[in-house]
Amino acid sequence: MKSLAELKAIRERVQSQVGMRAEDHNHIRVVVGMATCGIASGARPVLTTLANAVQEKGLTDKVAVTQTGCIGLCQYEPIVEVTEPGKDKITYIKMNPEKALEVVERHLIGGHVVEDYTLNGADIK
Amino acid sequence: MYRSHVLVCGGTGCTSSGSQQIMDTLKSEIEKNGLAEEVSVVQTGCHGLCALGPIMIIYPDATFYSMVKVEDIPEIVSEHLLKGRVVTRLLYKETVSPTGKIKALVDTDFYKKQHRIALRNCGIINPEVIEEYIGTGGYEALGKVLTEMTPDDVIKLLLDSGLRGRGGAGFPTGLKWKLARQNDADQKYVCCNADEGDPGAFMDRSVLEGDPHAVLEAMAIAGYAIGANQGYIYVRAEYPIAVDRLRIAINQAREFGLLGKNIFDTGFDFDIDLRLGAGAFVCGEETALMTSIEGKRGEPRPRPPFPAQKGLFGKPSILNNVETYANIPQIILNGPEWFASMGTEKSKGTKVFALGGKIHNTGLVEIPMGTTLREVIEEIGGGIPGGKKFKAAQTGGPSGGCIPYEHFDIPIDYDNLISIGSMMGSGGLIVMDEDDCMVDIAKFFLEFTVEESCGKCTPCRIGTKRMLEILDKVTKGTATMEDLDKLEELCYYVKENALCGLGQTAPNPVLSTLRYFRDEYEAHIKEKRCPAGVCKALLSFHIDRDKCKGCTLCARNCPADAIVGSVKNPHFIDTDKCIKCGTCIEKCKFGAIYKK
Repeated sequence: MKSLAELKAIRERVQSQVGMRAEDHNHIRVVVGMATCGIASGARPVLTTLANAVQEKGLTDKVAVTQTGCIGLCQYEPIVEVTEPGKDKITYIKMNPEKALEVVERHLIGGHVVEDYTLNGADIK
Repeated sequence: MYRSHVLVCGGTGCTSSGSQQIMDTLKSEIEKNGLAEEVSVVQTGCHGLCALGPIMIIYPDATFYSMVKVEDIPEIVSEHLLKGRVVTRLLYKETVSPTGKIKALVDTDFYKKQHRIALRNCGIINPEVIEEYIGTGGYEALGKVLTEMTPDDVIKLLLDSGLRGRGGAGFPTGLKWKLARQNDADQKYVCCNADEGDPGAFMDRSVLEGDPHAVLEAMAIAGYAIGANQGYIYVRAEYPIAVDRLRIAINQAREFGLLGKNIFDTGFDFDIDLRLGAGAFVCGEETALMTSIEGKRGEPRPRPPFPAQKGLFGKPSILNNVETYANIPQIILNGPEWFASMGTEKSKGTKVFALGGKIHNTGLVEIPMGTTLREVIEEIGGGIPGGKKFKAAQTGGPSGGCIPYEHFDIPIDYDNLISIGSMMGSGGLIVMDEDDCMVDIAKFFLEFTVEESCGKCTPCRIGTKRMLEILDKVTKGTATMEDLDKLEELCYYVKENALCGLGQTAPNPVLSTLRYFRDEYEAHIKEKRCPAGVCKALLSFHIDRDKCKGCTLCARNCPADAIVGSVKNPHFIDTDKCIKCGTCIEKCKFGAIYKK
């Protein structure tokens, strides 16, 4: 180890991994429906994309990506719910990895709900 | 990248209840379900709740599963990891509220009042991967010390923090370093006391198993502060997991250039070697420990000269305990005010206790100094099982004493414990209930010291032996009241005249039980009765004729054939034959057998 910068680089690389192991009530929770219906319509790549993106962007100290069972709206799977402390839950429907990345960029980082993909905003007729 | 981390406890407690098989099964099940790319399995150090092991925590949801069995693994993988459904029946029951809602672990009684500094990484990181330690801020304190601070700054910072030695005596750590720094020499040494010998204490082992790099980092900081470039960790060979992980940690730190030559390009060299002890209790005493590192028979020597002047190999040395070291990187990073804001006036920070004996949550807890015994036992420890009444808490192991109920609300710190005749010791806390005989407890600890006395000085070698003989007479009902006076006199004599800490503190368990439970001693002597029903020589077993149904179960199980009687008629115990083993009491379904 020749410098503090070298140590810092290692820390930054590992921090997002180890940072996941914290319990914080103020986390933004990103929950992916992973029941049979969700998995069948492609929730797994959505989940892994979200989990990877959150770590790559170094958001693990703010955002927890987890999974849940059937949310009940099977025809709209894959469903991703985003709950920010003190705000209403946002439900994104018919997700795919590309849309998921957009949600990370615009919603989790930028703070703007991607209305086009939400249950209320999407064109589902 | 992994979306989920499954942490499995690999501390000694959980390992002995099968966590290695759980790890193996878990990995193969994850593989089978095609999740190997998404889910990482991490072996960690101790979480503290040893009574409920093996323990598994799944992140990011922080789901806490306790008492996990190998058979449960397929369900955990297919339900939780694949489908995201928590396996409720395996949850630590304290995390499930009556309404079925799941509470966070930090809100449970066991963890709520804890404050983890020394144990902060235990159960969170993989101790065998140096990057994980670095990921939580590891080695930044060393970097800061080497690049921004002078040795005197480091010592001043420690003095300001008020940190006192966690090994038992409570000597201010900064002062110890200052004295060693003031002595000029061509070579100095930094030693770590990991010879944890108190019966029932295992906090140092858990730190070494769960966060070994914290100790290495702190030792390097100590080396810089006092001007030493060689460290030794004296760890007992009975701690194989700790020894393994220390070896791995030292090698990784050398590979990363965090030990060795020219650390952080500052010209500072520091290296650490391990020395394994063979488990002699006296080697926890500083001069005996250093003599043992030198390769000689582990015996203490008179002080002065103190180790800060002439220690290891005759050079100025410091010796600190594992837990003391584990606090230091955090104090450097967060500042002395942060540390001094916790605790009581003269005892700052936190202390780790190993809870054992008659208590629900056997395990490891770290609490701010000044927490009361009641909070530790009733709230964090979950109270005493079976609705029994608290009698005493033993702290400080064979050097400490018993604290009775009248001091249940005393805030725990170094000085308070000494004022009530006990001591902090390394942090063993053994809880005793109404079924424990205090004379027997004193005898147990004295047997330990008699066994472990190195024999160098007469007061300890012969004095403790004579004390034990008197205690033995008390438990057999053959002692007189004069014996009791003689015992007390001997206690003070040994305390004042023994060479080292082992002998000087050996009488404490006797003195404190004499102080608080003298009536129990007197009952043994005057009435030939053991009030708790423990001392066998003073007990006899009897069958209540009215309750006995004549089922013959006791007679069939008695190993000494001491029970006679015919079917459906009350039985009778032949007290001459009876060996007082208690088997009949365990077997009787009608509660007809009693001892008096």
